[in-house]
Amino acid sequence: MTASDDLKLSNAQIAWRAAQDIADGAYVNLGIGFPEMVARYQPAGREVIYHTENGILDFGQEPPAGEEDWDLINAGKKAVTLKPGSAFFHHADSFAMVRGGHLDVAILGAYQVAQNGDLANWSVGAKGVPAVGGAMDLVHGARRVAVITEHVTKSGEPKLLERCTLPLTGVGCVTRVYTSLAVVDIEGGRFVLREKLPTITLEKLQSLTGAELVLAGPVADLIVPEL
Amino acid sequence: MDKMIATPAEAVADIGDNATVMIGGFGGSGAPVELVHALIDRFVKTGTPRNLTVVNNNAGNGHVGLAAMIEVGMVGKLICSFPRSADPRVFTQKYLAGEIELELVPQGTLAERIRAGGAGIPAFYTPTCYGTELANGKPTAAFDGRPYVQERWLKADFALVKAQLGDRLGNLTYNKAARNFGPLMCTAARHAIVQVSKVVPPGTIDPEHVITPGIFVSRVVQVQNPAQEELLNRAGATYP
Repeated sequence: MTASDDLKLSNAQIAWRAAQDIADGAYVNLGIGFPEMVARYQPAGREVIYHTENGILDFGQEPPAGEEDWDLINAGKKAVTLKPGSAFFHHADSFAMVRGGHLDVAILGAYQVAQNGDLANWSVGAKGVPAVGGAMDLVHGARRVAVITEHVTKSGEPKLLERCTLPLTGVGCVTRVYTSLAVVDIEGGRFVLREKLPTITLEKLQSLTGAELVLAGPVADLIVPEL
Repeated sequence: MDKMIATPAEAVADIGDNATVMIGGFGGSGAPVELVHALIDRFVKTGTPRNLTVVNNNAGNGHVGLAAMIEVGMVGKLICSFPRSADPRVFTQKYLAGEIELELVPQGTLAERIRAGGAGIPAFYTPTCYGTELANGKPTAAFDGRPYVQERWLKADFALVKAQLGDRLGNLTYNKAARNFGPLMCTAARHAIVQVSKVVPPGTIDPEHVITPGIFVSRVVQVQNPAQEELLNRAGATYP
């Protein structure tokens, strides 16, 4: 069972929604790939400083093609630019920022999230070459760890579960999940529904979720602009 | 005191079989391509050094630098956090064929293990990887009610590092985000071998701007206009 495409948010819209919750003055790390999109939708008037694990604070968007400096890259190994006030540092300082609790927000992708906050996002457990990067550090370092993800897998399986079945990235670390259908907080070992698309019924949303969606307070409409 | 060495080949001449070698860089940024290629040259010519344990964040990209080291068969074990890249075929094939051992380490833990090695701290505790399969076999302990995993220091016989400016005393600056693991690896290796784009007289680098103090550096070799691994790969380069 899947939600049809016209009834769910695009990746850009999920990223937009996550960006609205990043406060002025926040230090933020965005995971490689999809989470990098969040920076594009930072609301005007807020100063947000982005951290990249390889050793830059306050980097900006990609330079024009042909103007790349390959000593100036982000954790996804894409060329970036600097903003006034940026800083370089070595890897132990970079992960002191992460592991020392100095980041306000980390936003990561997910294969699975469990109602107790467990995250699986680094290995599908199959054969092949395992690779972890900084994900296991980020989930225990940032004050707030949020996930952006499709609500279900490509084959329609729930990604929000009672327990993760894939190898864990971290235990009890995720506090909020932005999906293609809803915004869900993790509180007291439960998924608490905060927002859902107005076009989906609660029953339908529950049927696409692998654990109970708890109602604790009002559920707002998840309203996102066309992007 | 003069730590200057004339050529990359001389700088890496005493790296022997079974050595542990830290190699700086995050992907191509900071990769000491000329030092690595000098080591490959010696292996191709003499069959040594072989069965090296290499510490790097990644596992090489394309067919140059670390990937080329792996491809010629001189690396027995790799300690890294993210053995994937735009073109990871060399490592992937060796790994899946069982021809190279992999120790996968979370990136921050890798950095901190190297830092601890350089600082004489044999072990430390971190929440990173607690409750995951990467914690299997490692001691755990609770501090102030939170669980942590014990990790051991990481040291090396040699480090190969790329820096920007260097003087004969070994004081170094780096170029932008190419700094990454360089300062840590210089502290954790018995001999840090550094290629610099420009050698300057002592005193030229403002003491306020020295990133790696010379005490951590054994050898400095000048490589003007060093290769950028990303550009080599975009040009489809191979080595040797």
